[in-house]
Amino acid sequence: MTKLKLGMYCAAGCGGCDISLIDVHEHLLDIVAAADIAFWPAATDFKYSDVEAMPDGEMDVCFINGAIRNTENIEIAKLLRAKSKVLVAYGACSAFGGVPGLANLYPVREVIDRAFSTQSTDPDGQRPSASATHHDGSSAGLPAITGTVHALSDIVNVDYLLPGCAPSSDRVWELCQVIVSGELPPSPAIVGATKKCVCDDCRLPKQGTRVSKFVRSHEIIAEDGRCLLEQGVVCMGPATRSGCGGQCPDALMPCRGCYGPAGDSLDVGAAMVSVLGTLVDSEDEDVIRQAISQVVDPAGTFYCFTLPTSILGRARTTDPAEEVRS
Amino acid sequence: MTRISIDPITRLEGHGRIDLFLDHAGAVEEAFLVIPELRGFEKFLEGRPVEEMPQITSRICGVCPEAHHAAAAKAADAVYNVTIPEAAEVARRLQYNAFMAGDHATHFYALGGPDFIVGPDAPASERNIIGVINKVGPELAGKVIRMRKEGHEVAEILGGRRIHPVGMVPGGISKPVSAESAVRLREIGAYMVEFAQESLAIFDAIVLQDPRLRDLVLSHAYYNETAYLALVNDDNQPDAYDGHVRVVDADGSEVVRYHPSDYLEHIAEAVVPWSYLKLPYLKSFGWHGVSDENSRHIMRTGPLGSINASSGMQTPRAQAEYERFFDTFGGKPVHHTLAFHWARLIEMLQAAELVDRHANDERLTSTDVRSVPTGTPHEGVGCVEAPRGLLTHHYITDDNGIVEKANLIVGTTYQYPAIQLSVATAARELVKPGAELTEPVMNGIEMAFRAYDPCFGCATHALPGSSPLEVRTFGPAGELVGGLRRNADGSLEQIDDACAKGGTR
Repeated sequence: MTKLKLGMYCAAGCGGCDISLIDVHEHLLDIVAAADIAFWPAATDFKYSDVEAMPDGEMDVCFINGAIRNTENIEIAKLLRAKSKVLVAYGACSAFGGVPGLANLYPVREVIDRAFSTQSTDPDGQRPSASATHHDGSSAGLPAITGTVHALSDIVNVDYLLPGCAPSSDRVWELCQVIVSGELPPSPAIVGATKKCVCDDCRLPKQGTRVSKFVRSHEIIAEDGRCLLEQGVVCMGPATRSGCGGQCPDALMPCRGCYGPAGDSLDVGAAMVSVLGTLVDSEDEDVIRQAISQVVDPAGTFYCFTLPTSILGRARTTDPAEEVRS
Repeated sequence: MTRISIDPITRLEGHGRIDLFLDHAGAVEEAFLVIPELRGFEKFLEGRPVEEMPQITSRICGVCPEAHHAAAAKAADAVYNVTIPEAAEVARRLQYNAFMAGDHATHFYALGGPDFIVGPDAPASERNIIGVINKVGPELAGKVIRMRKEGHEVAEILGGRRIHPVGMVPGGISKPVSAESAVRLREIGAYMVEFAQESLAIFDAIVLQDPRLRDLVLSHAYYNETAYLALVNDDNQPDAYDGHVRVVDADGSEVVRYHPSDYLEHIAEAVVPWSYLKLPYLKSFGWHGVSDENSRHIMRTGPLGSINASSGMQTPRAQAEYERFFDTFGGKPVHHTLAFHWARLIEMLQAAELVDRHANDERLTSTDVRSVPTGTPHEGVGCVEAPRGLLTHHYITDDNGIVEKANLIVGTTYQYPAIQLSVATAARELVKPGAELTEPVMNGIEMAFRAYDPCFGCATHALPGSSPLEVRTFGPAGELVGGLRRNADGSLEQIDDACAKGGTR
């Protein structure tokens, strides 16, 4: 049997996804036994000429983690798409835009300006840019930052989404076994997660209690053994796909939705508003509306990991490269 | 002017790139370390509730999420002016030190250490973790993997998750530590101390007892006189979780000792157009660029900063090593860049001893782990010593605790000017006019920046830089003379005309 060829690349991510793949620990040796790592900058040797010289579809499976934030990310995503039979958006940033996607709440110019105009930054107005040069006039070679943060599927066709921030290493190992056995489901599909929601895996039982108001996580000492929502804490569990095993609520912290929308739900925000509505201990619409309106930062809370692929996502051009600003 | 191109693959991996400029004689005139990434956290933190900062900012870096998690939680405590219960502080300190110890172990065995353990002029393909294992034996591999697993288990017990933990909240921690967990934590603490001691013994046998490696550590190529920065306790001992920032100058005299919330009086950041990373400096000395002629405004933090700007360690075994460190170098501060590696192991030993100490603290399992904030939120600074140096989070909120302004200065950013300086010094010493740029020279330059264990992911609030690296050399007319690229595994490629195809110039 010929060995599989696998790849892994990090775009605008944090490195946590690379760590989650390394954290299959001793199973990494099993993976290496069944597959050649054709390309993984964090762990293996490869040369650009090798990747470029590969025939299209040379890699059996390529994982890309991180969001799309600059022209370099776009270029590499397209290259790897061409060279891979199966492309997996690995982790929340690649699948949905992730935390860096929150930048889409602001114009990119403000994002760059803020980075270089904090309280500690010299107020000389200098800004790095793709056109910047060294003292002799040669290009400094900075990539241009794109106007919008994108999920990978905005740039290229993606076969599978592996959600999570970071994906649970147990789910990663299961996926690797499925890949090696050649039993991947028909694409496109979400892998390494179920169709159920986080509540289905949560160890904190629901008792059917309703609430009079919603609170922020630091405002109460949550009681162990009771559903956080039923204590008034806004937890994204009901609207979020399961796969993590309910780790955050297990630590008495609310789910923030890193596995993306549960089941066939189109929009997590709409799903959450409907969940919160049914929790309010009143039949009076005004009372319910009033309680829900107390939820702070609904955009950032409901779409913390999914803004670029949500219905709130910023209006996009068909070709992301067109709206690049440098 | 000669056209050059940046090979796309080097941009693919190239989250750090060094450009060297040569004068007419072929000597290195200028060196630039270019960082090409930016995600812009400071802007999109605006509008978010401050209690979400520990979770959101942890996504700055998946390699050191605990550092951002802790700095953000402490800043949020300060925003609400809340004092956390003792048990919560013990648990936070335990988690933080376990993370420090594990992170330093990774650097020593996988990233920076191979240059010494396997040897700086060993074949590039052997200068990696596998080479380390071959040199010191397979038994050690099991121990390194165990160290990593134990570190993650602490994160899981105390933070709920292995990557991007969630346990620290404004006012304390989310959940008390069970008696059962405490038993595990004590076992882990004891193991970490044993592991750290063994690592120092390995360093001693392989590096300190080898005259050739000692000479390398002491050579001019790796020597820069700078200021040093450390987060210290009331006794001026390094304290990674909390304290005051102590700054000493190149002579070791205290310049200032400030509360982290006063950082704006002492620290400023310069901007250059050719890099997305800012360059911090000591405000009282002003910004004078990066050169050996005037480097007193340039700071070094991280393990070398901690050891140079403190007056001793908190724990007995680490203290003994601290004394041996300065005895060996014969003075303080130690300006040798490669001394970072030894200092890192001493910091790892203190962290391990503190894990052991906190795991045995009977307050750990108290159920009083949360103070619910009652004050009106306004402004707060949270500061920790991350594995790569001082880390500052600063938030200003409205009366409802919604962030209006955020400022983040991370360890590798504090170090950026010093890394530039060290790279330039090494390049000037090692690149001989007219001679070919060889692999040992290339690696020698890299060793200057690798000593800092830099993480450009954190620094740009972008990608982690476990980085492959490209060195390009330019002649006086700006033409590409040549270069070398190091891949992630340490293998090398010559950059020549064959690689140059249509570029920007």
